[in-house]
Amino acid sequence: MKDVLIELLRNEPLVYTLMAFVPLLWILPFALFAVWWERKVAAHMQDRLGPMRTGGWHGWAQTIADILKLIQKEDVVPSAADRMLFTLAPFVVFIGAYAAYAALPFSAAYVGAGIHIGLFYIIAVSSLVVIGLLMAGWASNNKWSLFGAMRSAAQVVSYEIPIALSLLTVVMVVGSFDLQEITKAQSGSLLNWFVFQKFPLLFIAAIIYFVASLAEVNRTPFDIPEAESELVAGYHTEYAGMKFALFFLSEYANMFAVSMIAVIIFFGGWNSPFGDFVSGPFWGAFWVISKSLGFIFLQMWLRWTLPRLRVDQLMYVGWKVLIPFSFAIILGVGLWVMMAT
Amino acid sequence: MEAAIEKPVTIPGFGRPLRSHEMVINMGPQHPSTHGVLRLELVVDGEVVIDMIPHIGYLHRCFEKHAEHMTNYQQVIPYCDRMDYIAAMSNDLGYAVACEKLLNIKVPERVEYIRVIMAELQRIASHLLAIGTYGMDIGAFTPFLYCFRDRERILDIYEETCGARLLYNYIWIGGLSHDVPSDFQTKVGDFCRYFRPQIKELNNLLTYNKIFIERTANVGVLPADVAVNYGASGPVLRGSGVKWDLRKNDPYSIYDRFEFDIPTGKGEVGSVGDCWDRYIVRVREIGQSLNILEQAIAAIPAGNVQSAIPKRIRPDASEVYVRTETPKGELGYYIVADGTTSPYRVKVRPPTFVNLSILPAMSRGAMIADVIAILGSIDIVLGEVDR
Repeated sequence: MKDVLIELLRNEPLVYTLMAFVPLLWILPFALFAVWWERKVAAHMQDRLGPMRTGGWHGWAQTIADILKLIQKEDVVPSAADRMLFTLAPFVVFIGAYAAYAALPFSAAYVGAGIHIGLFYIIAVSSLVVIGLLMAGWASNNKWSLFGAMRSAAQVVSYEIPIALSLLTVVMVVGSFDLQEITKAQSGSLLNWFVFQKFPLLFIAAIIYFVASLAEVNRTPFDIPEAESELVAGYHTEYAGMKFALFFLSEYANMFAVSMIAVIIFFGGWNSPFGDFVSGPFWGAFWVISKSLGFIFLQMWLRWTLPRLRVDQLMYVGWKVLIPFSFAIILGVGLWVMMAT
Repeated sequence: MEAAIEKPVTIPGFGRPLRSHEMVINMGPQHPSTHGVLRLELVVDGEVVIDMIPHIGYLHRCFEKHAEHMTNYQQVIPYCDRMDYIAAMSNDLGYAVACEKLLNIKVPERVEYIRVIMAELQRIASHLLAIGTYGMDIGAFTPFLYCFRDRERILDIYEETCGARLLYNYIWIGGLSHDVPSDFQTKVGDFCRYFRPQIKELNNLLTYNKIFIERTANVGVLPADVAVNYGASGPVLRGSGVKWDLRKNDPYSIYDRFEFDIPTGKGEVGSVGDCWDRYIVRVREIGQSLNILEQAIAAIPAGNVQSAIPKRIRPDASEVYVRTETPKGELGYYIVADGTTSPYRVKVRPPTFVNLSILPAMSRGAMIADVIAILGSIDIVLGEVDR
């Protein structure tokens, strides 16, 4: 896609700038849809209807109306806050979430930057988010926000380890960090997906990744940094208007990113589950997005079912359960790969 | 940078100056989980709560003074509604029983049965709210709405009976404001049949959820002797394993005619007297209330719902203390009559006020998230704490 555009416009910097905006074309409509979807999912799980009026059909325009309201809101910065950090924080968080999209392959024909260490890049760049959260919590000059920030820093840093370790298993099998390579290695049929390979090792790795990714994006049962009933709203307690919307947007962007990584690494990426049937560049995008939406639905399902863990229990799950298990699986996969060669 | 602060920071109510790594944090009066306008001053070391100083009174509405200034005894009842507004029927019942004891009258059989049915429905409604909000305190949002859905059915029965859904003014001195509708028994019976399976659903969804147990078992353990020393009552006392229920131990109205058990905490998933025990006592009490309801609707006699007493009663100069078991615990009314048409003094012993006094003792050394869990397990209503 990049080469086509360079051919067409003959202006490399312009093409790169344009390319940088492409994921936004997906993230913004997705966030609008996902917020509405989540409200609907929650409502139907809880025996109610959710938004029904705005826009007519099942309140489809509710989130658009919400965004319009947020844009119009006064941009309040608390007088005791650190103005610069306070303003910067939502952008840092969003950059962390957004930058990951550069290396995510949406289909065989489209990937923003086809770098060879794509997976490594994504893991590295998504760590930026935690800096933004810490900034937000500290700059707000609010004790509840500070609690939220400290919790999220501890949480995200701890859970990045099982995430990286569980993803490494697949890298060991494929022998490449390139996400396109990893996806191609799963082509064929459903059974070639890594989640069903080297059974049950990679299957467990997929579960570990999914659990840890919930913590990474602060979803229930690991929504401790926001923990409404404890910390009011955690690190974004003091934010209003578009700054708050930006936090919200990056949360949903992150949700999609971690789901998509799960799909790419373990569930065949843009490969069709039916071999060559309905596959191709367009269908590839269809498959990767619908599989990711499946994972997002799973996240919502968990969110509206489970209670929340306590901070120390969260650390226990991370350090004493997930990390030892992922080490054991790395060892197992390593032995398996070695035996096979 | 400014020089480090040399002078130690002291706060009133906390024994020693703060150490440098300690922080005072205000929880409430506007906080999602303080169940109203309770304010807690927490001295925290990181996430660990070292001490807690509760502040109450944000919802003080001078109930006792109002009661003295009414023109007659009947007029106090709407104010009773507004104390524990989650369980208004139970408050009315306590006041009516106290006034009847003051007048030394007996109310008709039909009235007694309807009162018991109303009070037990109210107990279920109140416990449903306590359970639902407790789930929400722990982070589970969905059980809350399931509980509200079921509570709605009780409120529908109330609405059909007396027109009000929250503050009823239904149980009057010497009777009821008016009789129940003709299909009342069927409605209550239908509710009992509908509701029993719902308890099972609630247990599957929340009670035996692993995370929920992790969060509540062994948290906020209240030993039986401490509970008794603080004067705790209701599910808080029974959660600590003390079998004490005024409906059995000091029966009022016609509670001695019904068969039901008193569930107590047994430390099934943790130790006796932890948050889970207090929670499960409420869940099981709902089942026992259903038993009482089924017995009561089968035995309800026909008759009048007003005993022949004048509109303006004038008890002789005397005093009375009557205690009843509301969903929250022992609600006591101490009424002093001076021979006029209005009470000289009405002193209330509110269960949640007394139960709340244990909170600091239970919270020391717990984490912030535990404080929320402990507070929720006490099930306070600020309308009653502050009156």
